[in-house]
Amino acid sequence: MENFFLLNSLILGCLALLCLYRGIFGPTVLDRIISVSVIGTKTTVILILIGLIYQRVDMFVDIALAYALLNFIATMAASKFFRKRGSIAPGAKYYRERGN
Amino acid sequence: MHTVVIILILAGTFFFATATLGLLRFPDFYTRMHATGKGDTLGAFLSFVGLALYTLLYEISLDTILVSIKLMFIAIFIFVANPTATHALTKAGLDCDVEPWTKGDASK
Repeated sequence: MENFFLLNSLILGCLALLCLYRGIFGPTVLDRIISVSVIGTKTTVILILIGLIYQRVDMFVDIALAYALLNFIATMAASKFFRKRGSIAPGAKYYRERGN
Repeated sequence: MHTVVIILILAGTFFFATATLGLLRFPDFYTRMHATGKGDTLGAFLSFVGLALYTLLYEISLDTILVSIKLMFIAIFIFVANPTATHALTKAGLDCDVEPWTKGDASK
């Protein structure tokens, strides 16, 4: 069963690396935020699998819980920031204040 | 019981893989949001249910029951929080005037 968990966490790690492509080359900044959120969700599962491999689930489950909460708060804060800002272009507020 | 755990975790990994495929291959922001919002939520839920079953498999004591309850709490939290985050991000994209992908873009 440990081998199965190891293989599964390796597959999930490869999928997280594939998601990182969208995080680096994403056309807009919102694509990068989705990519970070998806990688965070995968990381919570990988943390539990690592805990089962090392026989210390009681410790790793708390870390995974904190990671899930933090991931949700980070995504909500970023989306709230961009809603208030009203644009995803860099320097948009500066150009609006200058008037062009 | 082992087969149930393995089937649940493999189903979760399959949904994670489809979410990643959608994130990489879809053409614009909203369609990527559509792929990851659903695939990731169900993948995480199935994986956590499988892992919570596995912790109860060998011995049932106070420690394993507590770990299993915490795992189910993470699963239910992700099931509520991930669609909320998806909705907020989509609304941010609409307010920021991100252009949706239309039929005209397909023929370019």
